[in-house]
Amino acid sequence: MVVAAAFVTMPWFFPSAYYYRVGALVFIFALAVAGLNLLMGFAGQVSLGHAGFLGIGAYSVAIGPAHLGVPSWLCLFAGAVLSAAVAFFVGRPILRLKGHYLAVATLGFGLLVAIVLTNEAGLTGGPDGMTVPRLSLFGWSVRGSDVWYWIAGTTFVGGFVLALNLMESPSGRALQAIHDSEIAALVLGIDVARKKLTIFIISAVYASVAGSYLALFNGHVTPDVAGFLRSIELVAMVVLGGMGSILGSLVGAGLLVVLPQALTIFHEYEQALLGLILIVFMIFLRRGIVPSIAAIISGWRK
Amino acid sequence: MAELLQFVFSGLTVGAIYALVALGFTLIYKASDIINFAQGEFVMLGGMTTVFVADAGVPLPLAALIAIIATTAIGLALHRFAIEPARGATSVALIMITIGASIFLRGTAQIVFDRRFHSLPPLLGADPIQFGGATILPQSLVVLASATVIVVVLWLFIERTILGKAVIATAANRLAARLIGVDTRRIVAFSFGMSAAIGAIAGVLITPIALTSYDAGTLLALKGFAAAMLGGIGSALGAVVGGILIGMSEALAAGYLSSNYKDAVAFLIILIVLVAIPQGLFGRAKIERV
Repeated sequence: MVVAAAFVTMPWFFPSAYYYRVGALVFIFALAVAGLNLLMGFAGQVSLGHAGFLGIGAYSVAIGPAHLGVPSWLCLFAGAVLSAAVAFFVGRPILRLKGHYLAVATLGFGLLVAIVLTNEAGLTGGPDGMTVPRLSLFGWSVRGSDVWYWIAGTTFVGGFVLALNLMESPSGRALQAIHDSEIAALVLGIDVARKKLTIFIISAVYASVAGSYLALFNGHVTPDVAGFLRSIELVAMVVLGGMGSILGSLVGAGLLVVLPQALTIFHEYEQALLGLILIVFMIFLRRGIVPSIAAIISGWRK
Repeated sequence: MAELLQFVFSGLTVGAIYALVALGFTLIYKASDIINFAQGEFVMLGGMTTVFVADAGVPLPLAALIAIIATTAIGLALHRFAIEPARGATSVALIMITIGASIFLRGTAQIVFDRRFHSLPPLLGADPIQFGGATILPQSLVVLASATVIVVVLWLFIERTILGKAVIATAANRLAARLIGVDTRRIVAFSFGMSAAIGAIAGVLITPIALTSYDAGTLLALKGFAAAMLGGIGSALGAVVGGILIGMSEALAAGYLSSNYKDAVAFLIILIVLVAIPQGLFGRAKIERV
């Protein structure tokens, strides 16, 4: 409720189109982060290759219209289906791995996607990337940051509500049991492997849709979208906002999208400051921003 | 045959560097359960500092020594100012701190040094040696010899000295180690300093062969981490074997398949090995207690 209200009222305070642009980017990333948070925060499985799905979604809306003449909106769905299928086939063997081993396996997967996107230049334009035709719906071409702000925001609120409901469902509770102890969950009769695979697929679809939006919004896509640094950025957004807090996903994405924009005034000190801020946040708000602040507030009430 | 020999040699050289990076990961992980993603930045700092100190007119061996000492100090500072204050945080939070540190070091390096590529003159001259039809750079031999010496010295140190025994005790059981009087905080600090030193040496060794720049650390950290996992995290033998395996598969893939896909082949092998042996080649399966 609060998120939806903030989303609708925010634009009243936007002095220029630039703010719509940043706002749209925040919601697009928040969508991917919310999906990853379902996997990391609730099911307790780390993925260092989630940008791979971002890349699949992004290149679906780039390659589909350019090489096959399929409309963009259909490609967006096709990309989501493709991501789900890839997540199914990749997830089945690697989700048996635990902890850091799962991390390196997902990392490998993400890199493979990025390498293929970089090298299949005939299809993807290689390292320089390719342009993405604008999204057109019912003969109406979608352009402008403000329109994208509304599209991305609405989708995020939808995904947010869906994620919250999912976590309150019996399936969601089963996942949280897996997070706490896989063996205990197994003893309780939960099909651990299947539940993990399901949530992996769901988070892949979230990332894929976000990737498609990102490509359509920017009008251009490069293999960096699937790169290791992107994956790390997504994980940083999850951890910074708060693992297991869907609201935290929005806060984490907001911080890491807005911060580099704000830090550009420091020119070459940008990266160093970004790293420093990340360290300081993790030392003082180690459970993530939203859960830490929630704990402080509930401490005052007592 | 000569071709194969050539690829094997370049694979061994790169593999030795990956092995050193993987050893750095292993050392810190053993002492503290932390995966230190700033490990690649230690390698970059070793190479870059040597380049810039040598440019200032300092003789090369002295410049390398200064670089190794400076990087060790940075490793200790990382522990003191970023890891130590976050004691008790979850392992994901600690990993995020090391990622923050890696971004910070990369950002600082690009200010203190510059954004260009740099190289160093090779230690034993640049004339290639002919061997069975293959040409070998003398620096490759330096890399292999130095890596071997580091591994042996590290092994002797861990097995034969009191401080080394304290590291083993800390790795085996932190609480028990503290009970018998091991200062585990100092051991963790020591592991950070030691890993930084090993990383810096790797950086000095590889810079004459592969160029270095402020962002060279990311890829090295990835490969080193992958090598440590392939061997089984926490196993020093695994780190060395994992590093050599990844270097070899890369060189062979680049030679016989396509240099564009050499990284893909390396990670494909890792995926296949992990799916077949979930705890890595030399790792022990953890038994979860409920």
